[in-house]
Amino acid sequence: MFGLRRQPAAPEPEPTAGLALEARALVRSFGAVDAVRGMSLALRPGELYGLVGPDGAGKTTTIRMLTGLLVPDSGAAFIAGQRVSPGSSRTLEALGYMPQQYSLYGDLSVHENLWFFGHLFGIDAHAMRARRDRLLEVTRLARFGDRRADALSGGMYKKLALACALLHQPKVLLLDEPTNGVDPVSRRELWDLLHEFLEEGMTIVVATPYMDEAARCQRVGLMHRGRLLAEGGPDELVRAFEHTTLLLHADDRDLLEEALSSQPEVLAVSPHGSAVRVVVRAGRVEAFRASLPAAVTTDTITPEFEDVFLARVADEEAPAAPEAAHG
Amino acid sequence: MADPIIEVADLSRRFGAFTAVDSVSFQVERGEIFGYLGANGAGKSTTIRMLCGLLEPSSGQARVAGYALPEQATRVKSSIGYMSQKFSLYTDLEVAENLAFFAGAYGLRGARKKARIAYALEVAGLTDRQRVLTRDLPGGIRQRLALASALLHEPPLIFLDEPTAGVDPASRRAFWRLIRQLVRDGTTVFVTTHHLDEAEYCDRVGLMVDGRLVALDTPDGLKRDHVPGTMLSIGGDLAPATLRSVLQGRDGVFDIQPFGRAVHVRLQGPLADPAAMARVLTDAGLTPGEITPTEPTLEDVFLTLAAGSTRQHA
Repeated sequence: MFGLRRQPAAPEPEPTAGLALEARALVRSFGAVDAVRGMSLALRPGELYGLVGPDGAGKTTTIRMLTGLLVPDSGAAFIAGQRVSPGSSRTLEALGYMPQQYSLYGDLSVHENLWFFGHLFGIDAHAMRARRDRLLEVTRLARFGDRRADALSGGMYKKLALACALLHQPKVLLLDEPTNGVDPVSRRELWDLLHEFLEEGMTIVVATPYMDEAARCQRVGLMHRGRLLAEGGPDELVRAFEHTTLLLHADDRDLLEEALSSQPEVLAVSPHGSAVRVVVRAGRVEAFRASLPAAVTTDTITPEFEDVFLARVADEEAPAAPEAAHG
Repeated sequence: MADPIIEVADLSRRFGAFTAVDSVSFQVERGEIFGYLGANGAGKSTTIRMLCGLLEPSSGQARVAGYALPEQATRVKSSIGYMSQKFSLYTDLEVAENLAFFAGAYGLRGARKKARIAYALEVAGLTDRQRVLTRDLPGGIRQRLALASALLHEPPLIFLDEPTAGVDPASRRAFWRLIRQLVRDGTTVFVTTHHLDEAEYCDRVGLMVDGRLVALDTPDGLKRDHVPGTMLSIGGDLAPATLRSVLQGRDGVFDIQPFGRAVHVRLQGPLADPAAMARVLTDAGLTPGEITPTEPTLEDVFLTLAAGSTRQHA
């Protein structure tokens, strides 16, 4: 090594010890679109992490870079201590991935799909049978083993996709909008299932546009335009929220809502039973109250996670949010 | 019941031995947003298809927009609007072509056709983008266009079958704002959804389980009457399994659910008092964090009522 006149190559990035999943400053653009603009994540084993954001925020691109299916323009990702690189079998073994769209063979039955994915991962027949039976049992799909995947309804299809992603017993599971189009009963079942695997030590990342779902995660990252706007436990983010949530009671909820949505100090408006829920910028609450018609009564209420998300995005999108208002 | 636009009495539909809709009765008032909720296979779509005059009931009566079903099905069809997430627009057609096609299908001609298309473009916010191919529109805008095209013939009643499936939350809000604008202008809305937060936008919500209408009330009324006991949120990063081993099987404990870093326990009786709960957990050697009662959601209502279901949900 000594006398060699070689440019020192950039050192191969090393994973941080003790993390199940790590993303380090991932960047990826598609043509002129900067889909992901510096995403870093650090997950401990056994953690349930929600990646939440509107369509186009970069959630799917991030997940695809974590799987190695998509190569980042820069940055690095590690799964179970292994650098993620395309086709790396060690990453694939540690990883379960359930994409948003169809991942199964529609013409194959439930059993056949499971066998196919089992073969892909080289699981021997004996282990395969035991795992398949357990997954069919927990997903309550055992009765439907001969049904074609195409003939399954939304929730059953998702459960089968999940079972296929879990066959090789991955350490880390990545789920991209797993409950899209799934009815509430199946949605709860799917979450119960995730918690079972979590309690066995699996690390799970769920990308979702649904705030009520994000609130079920231990930690969430709010993603917007390719970056994380905030990260933390849903409760912590709510506690640290500087803006104020008010409940407004009025005779005509709709008219009130309409009038409010154009006010700059109002960051979010949503219906709440017969009342209207608004998030008002910090420092502007008294002025806002004074601006309301006399017939409208207001109560200050505890913010919810959704308020936090809507306000963060509104803050970000406001062309020139007055600096003083953030104090 | 002042002025119902939909009246349904003992409506049933059987397919062979399977009863998809089982003796359902309800009324929808003019100017209401009526939510119709249920798991897949609960009978929602079958009900809608009957009310739109597309499917004959096996028994029972229905009047929709003043016409009796099934006798006046044709009249009903021309008096209602229908929009679903699937099959509503031709994605290969331009925006204006889609609207012209549907206007023609609804029998609009001349000045009225022109005026209604202009109105629909405005509703969809696409007045400046008439020549854009429909498939190139973002999901949220396409949704608005689908709605606008279902409104071309000025129906007094519109059926929305999972109108926001697959649409992101910001676009869903914008969509609902539009819906409520329509209601203010006098339209009645009958809507199905899987998003229980959306059911909050409805004036009244009916819940279907296994073909039967098991509850019908305002969102607040449903939460008040159909979720037994109290929901306690228990903080302190306790492992759900540990909490389950302490609480499961105790008198009055219905449900234990991990929720973020907290665990939600639904229960009634003495343990529903946070101080009593704290004592029980401390006696079991645990260190609970904050224990606070939380409001039930419509999802809690739904899961409570659907718990007795015998059909396979999926």
